[in-house]
Amino acid sequence: MREFLEGSRAIAEIIKRVKPGVISAYPITPQTHIVEELASMVANGELNSQFINVESEHSAASVVLGASATGVRVFTATSSQGLLYMAEVIFNIAGLRLPLVMTCANRAVSAPINIWNDQQDSISLRDAGWIQLYAENNQEAVDFHLIGYRISEDKAVMLPVMVCMDGFILTHGLEPLDLPEQDKVDKFLPSYKPLYKLDPNEPLTMGILADPDYYLEARYAIQETFKDVLRILPKVADEFSAIFVRDYKDLLIEEYFTKDAEKIIVSMGSVCGTIKEVVDELRKKGKKVGLLRIISYRPFPYARVYEALKNCPKIAVLDKAVSLGAYAPLASEIKVSFSNKKKSPKVISSFVAGLGGRDITLESIREIFRKLNVKEISQDFIDLKPELLTEAYGK
Amino acid sequence: MKEIRIHARAGQGAITTANLLGYAYFSEGKYPYAFPHFGAARMGAPMNAFVRVDVIPVRLRSQIYNPDYVLIMDATLMRGYNCFCGLRDNGIAIINGKEDIEIPRLKSSQKIFIVPANDIALATIGRPLGNTALIGAFAAATNELKLETLIKVAKDRFSGKIQEGNIEAIKKGFEYIKKIRVFPEPSEERCLGH
Repeated sequence: MREFLEGSRAIAEIIKRVKPGVISAYPITPQTHIVEELASMVANGELNSQFINVESEHSAASVVLGASATGVRVFTATSSQGLLYMAEVIFNIAGLRLPLVMTCANRAVSAPINIWNDQQDSISLRDAGWIQLYAENNQEAVDFHLIGYRISEDKAVMLPVMVCMDGFILTHGLEPLDLPEQDKVDKFLPSYKPLYKLDPNEPLTMGILADPDYYLEARYAIQETFKDVLRILPKVADEFSAIFVRDYKDLLIEEYFTKDAEKIIVSMGSVCGTIKEVVDELRKKGKKVGLLRIISYRPFPYARVYEALKNCPKIAVLDKAVSLGAYAPLASEIKVSFSNKKKSPKVISSFVAGLGGRDITLESIREIFRKLNVKEISQDFIDLKPELLTEAYGK
Repeated sequence: MKEIRIHARAGQGAITTANLLGYAYFSEGKYPYAFPHFGAARMGAPMNAFVRVDVIPVRLRSQIYNPDYVLIMDATLMRGYNCFCGLRDNGIAIINGKEDIEIPRLKSSQKIFIVPANDIALATIGRPLGNTALIGAFAAATNELKLETLIKVAKDRFSGKIQEGNIEAIKKGFEYIKKIRVFPEPSEERCLGH
């Protein structure tokens, strides 16, 4: 049934339907509403789950790690500093091959302290061994959580999934969406049966020391699994659309007017909606422009990106994060997609925008299309205020 | 597409107002996107909430710079800040305030309505929270939403005595606009920017 809901509330509703045995989280803006809703669902008896209150995100991640190891489905959510505080455990969850889903309500990282949206938090943990899916709207955010559990618990995968949704823009935004019905959720996502679990009656050890004779293979195995995930995501998307009639194609990328495009912007998350508006506007004026949206950032779909972009002469990559001292994270991946390939765009320009909640407007996107020209731009910050850079302390 | 910008102080219920307006549009079969933007995250700090609505799903995620409608929850926000910045030429502003408040001159095609929404709320709900009275006024001033829809929204979102009070506030806000005079002054003011 179609409802008009806040993004955070919608996430709580889908988590209720996947019935996690254990939920643990620590409040941090803009993620708080999600676990607040879940806590009240548990308290009201709507959700038969253990909600474990903890004193920090490090503990929240540790609790869901431990609970998952005992063989139950688990959930947590965080943002920004909270995710960074979890970082040590985040790597462990993937290394232990524990399936779980976490929401990252994307927010900028300190310092300076800033509660608003960009994607620096999840991008900073891209190497942790988690599948990362980026939602454009709240319907996708809801669906990606459900799909996330299905993929995560696939015996051929057994890796955690981070569903990334832009803080405030999606988490605090209300829009119409369809909440998956319980019977269909149960059909799509059977109850979780672990391969191994911590059980006092049948003791086993997880997470033991792997000396130089073994460690390399454990890491290699994850890397190989990510190649399988590239094949599994499209299959799961098919099964999802058969039940829920929402088609996410291969769940790796979305192509929007890319086929004949002479200029394409590549980006992730909610800003892609704004880009689509500008694409429509410029198409009406006869300009051949398009958007390539990355849905799966980890694993990164290099082959699909190559196919989608190989015939386009000019590519702009819009990052809502930076890799200080290097090319922007998404721009690097796009450039790498063409190494040792027959075809390549003439220009791959990198643009950074929206850091710390700086609003990305229609005009910001138009400016990127305007600046996307014969000359490649190695990195440009859109909507930068140069006057703020020359202010001196105490003068 | 129609765009509404709400000016308020954190704690005055701007988010609730945006959500109720969004829900009303949704109830009439439209696709609203209601969202807040916080300034300093503390009570009393100026903040905005927005509603963007269309007959197809809304994809645009930026804040609203050229609103069709402006709602001002607190008239003191107009001191030193141009709440009307970017208001469309045929735009409508609705201000929660006393009739004698000072208002800037807008373009002749733009309209301003002043509603004592807090007074209405005190009389109907018992607290000076003018959101629902302002929503009633919005419906009457803009013809965007039906009064019945707003009453249904209040029935869905409130219960008991609070529901009764809010329904009354919506009706009073609606009726107030139907009776009052409009302020289109034949002069233009330069947009101060923000």
